[in-house]
Amino acid sequence: MKFGTQIFALSLFTFAALVAAGFGVDEPFRQHMWVLFFVLLGFVFILLRNTNFEVPAPIDPSAYMDGPIRYGAIATMFWGVIGMTVGVVIALQLAYPDLNIQPWFNFGRLRPLHTSGVVFAFGGNALLCTSLYVVQRTCRARLFGGDLAWFVFWGYQLFIVMAATGYLLGITESREYAEPEWYVDIWLTIVWVAYLILFLGTILKRKEPHIYVANWFYLSFIVTIAMLHVINNLSMPASFLGSKSYSAFSGVQDALTQWWYGHNAVGFFLTAGFLGMMYYFVPKQANRPVYSYRLSIIHFWAIIFLYIWAGPHHLHYTALPDWAQTLGMVFSIMLWMPSWGGMINGLMTLSGAWDKLRTDPIIRMMVMAIAFYGMSTFEGPMMSIKSVNSLSHYTDWTIGHVHSGALGWVGMISFGAIYFMVPKLWNRERLYSLRLVTWHFWLATLGIVVYAAVMWVSGVMQGLMWREYDEQGFLVYSFAETVAAMHPYYVMRALGGAMYLAGALIMAWNIAMTILGYQRQEEPMPGTLPVLQPAE
Amino acid sequence: MDYNLMREFADSWGLVAMALFFVGAIAFAFRPGSRKLADEAARIPLEDE
Repeated sequence: MKFGTQIFALSLFTFAALVAAGFGVDEPFRQHMWVLFFVLLGFVFILLRNTNFEVPAPIDPSAYMDGPIRYGAIATMFWGVIGMTVGVVIALQLAYPDLNIQPWFNFGRLRPLHTSGVVFAFGGNALLCTSLYVVQRTCRARLFGGDLAWFVFWGYQLFIVMAATGYLLGITESREYAEPEWYVDIWLTIVWVAYLILFLGTILKRKEPHIYVANWFYLSFIVTIAMLHVINNLSMPASFLGSKSYSAFSGVQDALTQWWYGHNAVGFFLTAGFLGMMYYFVPKQANRPVYSYRLSIIHFWAIIFLYIWAGPHHLHYTALPDWAQTLGMVFSIMLWMPSWGGMINGLMTLSGAWDKLRTDPIIRMMVMAIAFYGMSTFEGPMMSIKSVNSLSHYTDWTIGHVHSGALGWVGMISFGAIYFMVPKLWNRERLYSLRLVTWHFWLATLGIVVYAAVMWVSGVMQGLMWREYDEQGFLVYSFAETVAAMHPYYVMRALGGAMYLAGALIMAWNIAMTILGYQRQEEPMPGTLPVLQPAE
Repeated sequence: MDYNLMREFADSWGLVAMALFFVGAIAFAFRPGSRKLADEAARIPLEDE
């Protein structure tokens, strides 16, 4: 029977969720288990309606397994639009506090929904589907483990749904980028170990003797995130059927564990994983090998050895020992070298083919991503210097920095990879429209520029106002005055975010039409057709 | 094994071991004859689909 085991196992879990909903010791936990119950029940019904008793067609073991990747590409777009929409909503909430709708949609609950939505749901799905796409094509091997890839895909979506609904219900560990409570953490650990087995198993059965460098980056992302997630979430639940747990660490140890996690989530989730994307999709789209393969190997090892120490720069001027703060700062500054080495490697892949920038909007998007990778990895180490940090920390400057990395680097390289993959995955001759990609490119780029520039001004102003003393040694501004001064910038920031969201909506339309098999009738991009020369 | 012991190991032999591994990895990348192998490896993505 098709889906027999899956239906049986899911029914058991559905029943367990129902029991937990009945016996939970606190109200949010019971509500959360009801959510889980209905999600799993819906899934069981979908499987029941699609089951049959025919003998399944034999699987060609040499063909690539692209089903989960197609779902992953769609999930990336879906969560991307949701996460970015929530981002625009909370930007407007900061500008107009009346938009806080209590209790589910206030800023405190929507903010982790936005960060997890764009980082783990959008970025995570982009990493998941591109890593499975790349590992098969560079190892020339079908994914390992049969239906394991489907378990990883749907298990990860369940994690996203549980994390997101938990935030809205007020369930949180209050650890930045690690807000889900203990039972959701355990589920993610199971899914992540399955992902590691899936990826590693595919590498082990490869037919290509050499492991291409993109797979090194993807593998380091998977392994490191497993380690970070498990250690940062070591905690003791207050009850087996309750939503509250207490961290295994306390005080400054807890803070350092959290920022060791937090910064390496940036380093290995948002950087190493997406570098894997860059090292495959930029050469593919440009149809040229990477500029220097040996530089890419040095890039890899330098990132591995340096990034893991940079976390303490989030805790300058706190109870953390001075030597640890300095260590974090020094390693952050050393990161300039691999970051710029990698950026040069990515950009120089186009050397001799720069004309493609004019004719190919997808290459343009990837190049803009690499440029933002270089800019934000220049800005980050600079902000980790203690004297700069004393001005920038806790201000909007940090928010601007994060978004130039997230919107510029992570977003743009993912968009480029999806634009590349979708026509191939669905056997389409080309995208629905290249002109729409150009629109997306300019909306996104201008949106980021508006966003980052506004946050610089606002952040530096905020930092300067906080530290302004008069001649008698009193603070000049009250906190509320700094908030009032930031209002115009908050409005402009929401506008920048809305432009970026508009670009993503255009992309969603373009991708949907490509999948449905339409081709827009439009003038080709300038320069793509040979210009006829008069005979002489 | 208490904190001080681990701390002492981390900033002595641990540091040396990691530094040597890093230098070794770079030296290996630039060993004689690696250019040709690297150029072949760089073409892996282009030879599929």
